[in-house]
Amino acid sequence: MSKYKMHLLVCGGTGCRASESDLIVENLKKELEEKGLQNEVQVIMTGCFGFCEKGPIVKVMPDNTFYTQVKPEDAPIIVAEHVIKGRKVARLLYTDPTKKEHVSDSKHMGFYRKQIRIALRNCGFINPENIDEYIARDGYMALGKALQEMTPEQVIDVIKKSGLRGRGGAGFPTGLKWEIASKNKADQKYVVCNADEGDPGAFMDRSVLEGDPHSVLEAMAICGYSIGATKGLIYIRAEYPLAIKRLQVALKQAREYGVLGKDIFGSGFDFDIEMRYGAGAFVCGEETALIHSMEGQRGEPTNKPPFPAESGFLGKPSNVNNVETFANVPVIMLKGPEWFSSIGTEKSKGTKVFALAGKINNVGLIEVPMGTTLREVIFEIGGGIKNGKKFKAVQTGGPSGGCLTEKHLDLPIDYDNLIAAGSMMGSGGMIVMDEDDCMVSIAKFFLEFTVEESCGKCSPCRIGNKRLHELLNHITKGHGTMADLERLKNMSLVIKDTALCGLGQTSPNPVLSTMNNFWDEYIAHVVDKRCPAGQCRDLMQYSINAEKCVGCTACARACPVGAITGERKEPHSINTAICIKCGACFEKCKFNAVVIS
Amino acid sequence: MGKLKSLADLKKIQEEARSKLDLRVKGDNPENYVQIKVAMATCGIASGAKEIMDFLVEELDKRGIGALVTQTGCMGYCYAEPTIEVTLPNQEPVVFGYVDLRKADEIIEKYIKNGELVDGIIPVNYEKVD
Repeated sequence: MSKYKMHLLVCGGTGCRASESDLIVENLKKELEEKGLQNEVQVIMTGCFGFCEKGPIVKVMPDNTFYTQVKPEDAPIIVAEHVIKGRKVARLLYTDPTKKEHVSDSKHMGFYRKQIRIALRNCGFINPENIDEYIARDGYMALGKALQEMTPEQVIDVIKKSGLRGRGGAGFPTGLKWEIASKNKADQKYVVCNADEGDPGAFMDRSVLEGDPHSVLEAMAICGYSIGATKGLIYIRAEYPLAIKRLQVALKQAREYGVLGKDIFGSGFDFDIEMRYGAGAFVCGEETALIHSMEGQRGEPTNKPPFPAESGFLGKPSNVNNVETFANVPVIMLKGPEWFSSIGTEKSKGTKVFALAGKINNVGLIEVPMGTTLREVIFEIGGGIKNGKKFKAVQTGGPSGGCLTEKHLDLPIDYDNLIAAGSMMGSGGMIVMDEDDCMVSIAKFFLEFTVEESCGKCSPCRIGNKRLHELLNHITKGHGTMADLERLKNMSLVIKDTALCGLGQTSPNPVLSTMNNFWDEYIAHVVDKRCPAGQCRDLMQYSINAEKCVGCTACARACPVGAITGERKEPHSINTAICIKCGACFEKCKFNAVVIS
Repeated sequence: MGKLKSLADLKKIQEEARSKLDLRVKGDNPENYVQIKVAMATCGIASGAKEIMDFLVEELDKRGIGALVTQTGCMGYCYAEPTIEVTLPNQEPVVFGYVDLRKADEIIEKYIKNGELVDGIIPVNYEKVD
């Protein structure tokens, strides 16, 4: 067989697959076969490239050409032009939004320029369903090195020195966690991977598992060796079918090669991993609830201590780490703790993966060094706010975090800075909001989520959050009073102090941080009965500007409740007592005479 | 391949696996390698550019030279096809014309390995805009 001269990498992440990237693969293969090129050009489905906004992505190697928004019917032109004649297909190249020029090398795109990819090093580069490609990228070398050249204590020492902190949210030092688990003596210990990613708008862990599942398996085995565990468990939500499938393929291949199983690399160390499926409850991302769910019990948290490191799965010492944390481990083992700790800030080392979502131009998955500012993330990598609107806030940390505003834009992102600013790192979701977003409604949205996801075990969370949500609802309907704002604040503080687990303790954060940063907006809702962003329907008033109205009657005909009256060619008016604020007249009017206030 | 018994076994697999991923690794950092562009427009293909490209890919690999062979469109020297452009790391590109198998072999042995210029260089008659 002759050697492949070209590789066509097609994104196989959930996002791009939803835009038919599997059909692109099929069409490319068919087209190549017709031209007799199937032995010269290889088509590979990879994990997520991160640039989801412009998906599906097809990358041509070694030409390093990055095609965006490719459709299945573009396969023939890519083969005919690029593959056969060596001419780039200009219309599929990325266009720089400011310079209006085509950019074919992804390294020169604003989106990728500031990124450093450690956890995502193989995403969009290898075929996640082929263990050989992982091995070609030094896969399982770190495990081999640990087993043959290092003692468990040395492994823990490396992780401690690297300064790696948990990427699941709280930022607990990973090496210290491993050390505690290693010191607890027991006949059986467990390594648990928390893949229960539940924040709205977050897809970091899913992308790592879909794009590079072996890195997590390898890290779990390294962790097992260092703490003295022979069993690993991956807790993943059943609503991630592609990640589950790729993990299953990876597990099978790892066992076939013997990098999981008995006597790995002839070292005498046994380690194997099982999967546990969750039903997708947010609270199960909390480690004690996660462990209960794995045991077949209700997914409810319990008080800590005892910490899982003492008494976890089935009462045995268990070390729980999140997917992204694990994905960093093999690289640290190979490149050394000094290399890792040279990246990032004083107290937060390495990089962090963020999922950019909301009103931002480049929705997608990014990995930046700790200490990158919010401005760089949102305006350089993220490409700024959609439709040229004004930036208002960004929610980090999901429903447990808070919002950061204009004045925080130059804040270097790390664990401690975000907490000091009233938010938190969380697992890495970043939801960007623009001037059209009402912050009271945003707080209400997150509360709605927590009310839904509260497990109901402790009353501050079960009842308190429900009351918070009711109060917010009340305010957005225009019935709020100043006393309500006082109650909102007090109750939030009480819930923070008294709830049992992390979910409850952090659920009032969106309320508190929006109150802190956007107090004016709360006042506008309560005192002026007005929603400055124009989002709260009950606070809106429709009226007709008599000077602009030409009396065309279009609005009156569109109104479903007959609230608009007026003579032909005379200015019309809206009876606000009947108006249901549906917006039909606003849509219909060609003269911008309908005013919303 | 059965179970891996040691780190040495893993390294053996890695070597083979790496050669399959080579294209992507080189493509990611082209500046570290010898870059060769083969003009593959209609004129080039008709003059046998494909054969030259196959030869270069295989021979460079056999002779252990880290090189990146890609195809490009018409370079404008249709009279001298097949043409190839060779860029050694940190050097200006050089274009060779009338490249047949013998010439290709000579280019590898003399220019790529030792930096000696060989006959058939076409003076570049344009500037490129990046």
